[in-house]
Amino acid sequence: MGTAAHGSNSNVNYLNEFKGIKSWLLSLDHKRIGLMYMISILTFFFVGGIMALLIRYELFAPGKQLLSPDQYNQVMTYHGAMMVFMVIVPGIPAILGNFFLPLQIGAADVAFPKLNLASWYVFMFGAAIAISTFFSTKVDTGWTFYTPYSIKTGTAVVAMVLAAFVMGMSSILTGLNFIVTVHKLRAPGMTMFKVPLFVWAIYSTAILQVIATPVLAITLLLLAAERLFGVGVFDPALGGDPVLFQHFFWFYSHPAVYIMILPAMGIVSELISAFSHKVIFGYKAIAYSSLGIAAVSFIVWGHHMFVSGQSEIAGVLFSFLTMLVGVPTAIKMFNWLATLYRGSVTFYSPMLYALGFLFLFAIGGVTGIMLASMGVDVHFHDTYFVVAHFHYVMVGGTLMALMGGFYYWFPKMFGKMVDDRLARMTFVLIFIGFNVTFFPQFILGAMGMPRRYFDYIAPYESLNKISTMGSWLIASGFLLSLYAMIKALKSGEKAPSNPWGAKTLEWQTSSPPPHFNFDKKPTVTGGPYDY
Amino acid sequence: MSQHHVIPFKTYMKVAAALVALTFLTVICHELHLGPLAGPVAFLIAAVKAALVLLYFMHLKYDNMQNRVIFGSGLIFLLLLIGFSALDIWTRVQSMSTL
Repeated sequence: MGTAAHGSNSNVNYLNEFKGIKSWLLSLDHKRIGLMYMISILTFFFVGGIMALLIRYELFAPGKQLLSPDQYNQVMTYHGAMMVFMVIVPGIPAILGNFFLPLQIGAADVAFPKLNLASWYVFMFGAAIAISTFFSTKVDTGWTFYTPYSIKTGTAVVAMVLAAFVMGMSSILTGLNFIVTVHKLRAPGMTMFKVPLFVWAIYSTAILQVIATPVLAITLLLLAAERLFGVGVFDPALGGDPVLFQHFFWFYSHPAVYIMILPAMGIVSELISAFSHKVIFGYKAIAYSSLGIAAVSFIVWGHHMFVSGQSEIAGVLFSFLTMLVGVPTAIKMFNWLATLYRGSVTFYSPMLYALGFLFLFAIGGVTGIMLASMGVDVHFHDTYFVVAHFHYVMVGGTLMALMGGFYYWFPKMFGKMVDDRLARMTFVLIFIGFNVTFFPQFILGAMGMPRRYFDYIAPYESLNKISTMGSWLIASGFLLSLYAMIKALKSGEKAPSNPWGAKTLEWQTSSPPPHFNFDKKPTVTGGPYDY
Repeated sequence: MSQHHVIPFKTYMKVAAALVALTFLTVICHELHLGPLAGPVAFLIAAVKAALVLLYFMHLKYDNMQNRVIFGSGLIFLLLLIGFSALDIWTRVQSMSTL
């Protein structure tokens, strides 16, 4: 990117300019807030990951291994709720979005720094409420809180939905902040078609966060009102309609799937261009397809309810509309492939994760199209096929991109290089482990193994054993990542300003950046991928 | 755009009075037992009240077109939510419906 600005040459940066715990907890610096999100979210990821391992261990063989059926339901609920509401939804926007969105548009900070800090506190407050329920009557509804069971169960559903409500509030505040930042704080010369595609992705996500999250908030409040006052909106015994809950819930939660995947797609655009050393193919098509995905995501939610008693007409309509998501998504895939074509591709660890994303997301996406077809979904809906599909999109997609993003931007965030040999080993472990864990689940689903169950019959045993062993590989990959990053922080080689030779603005300032990102306000003259 | 447009105090009072009057009207309509019309009438009055709040208290009447469009897009999403949910409920096989 043609610019006329650079970062500080001194050793003073955002990490060492201010010292003490107070300088972190009261910091208005978007980079420090991003790091606070990172520490909290990675902690939640660790806990959610342990629960995933417990689920897989329980399913290692038929019958009880470690958990009782009730404990299994609870662990499954907390795994889902934590991973969705506390890890994947906030993950990329709150960590990498917070850190890099202002840097990539040449701004000193986000538009509302105090609101940004408030978002973190609101998020932590919500997370604290969610965690507190684990020490009372543990919720056992699954992360979707489906009625009528969620009305009847004697567990801490109200507190848990309150937690999701509060974390949703944080999500809205972050989204609002990012929208205003993109509109108002771009560096001189940076038109909307000169912003990096990661910014476009975060921007599209922010729109979803602001528009969709209030519906979740209302739905959860209605559920709480139903439990506390017996209003009768969802409870069939009181004249309510349990499927209406699913309509309201998925009106948020389906766009939320795109809140989770769009930022990942933004990272992949950055990685593929940077490690192909080539201008991204179809910049505008990728940018518009982000908005296209955001728009279409609002009219497809009924595909979660093909077997819930939804009317056939609504089902057919939602089935057709769901297929439309394939169009903007495929546009992105083809553009990424075309970017790779005749590029000078280098296989550093971030690029391996980006390529892993392409492979796994393609499987997740294509099985999504299968499930969008109502006739097929009737058979697969409540089986492990859907579990595999969802994890291919969310873990194979979002988490692969998040890991790629971490390894790509780590030198900028901390001023240290990660040992790339170790980082590539983490990719191998996670990629192989992921496929060993989740591919057998497609087969199990096709064989008819129902999801959410504590136990299963003997014919499913061997594939379940393979799946569980895969989960150990994934865990070892993430632990090795943790080791690689801690090792880099302690004794990593000092990172130059631009170790990858990338063109976006964050690489034009020092590593780590100074407090206000750039010593002089950048002036942009070229595109973000002018190689 | 009139970003610094100041609405006279009198106008605020008139709008507040209209909101109180419409609240009374809601109660009166309830007392009249309008049967199947009761719901739509109550929603209509509520919509008028909401419009008054948006136009005057939230200054949408004096705002620029961009903000009006952004607000309008919110309404479109609301219509989507209600429209598709209603479509499902109205087209279910009644003998199998919980409603």
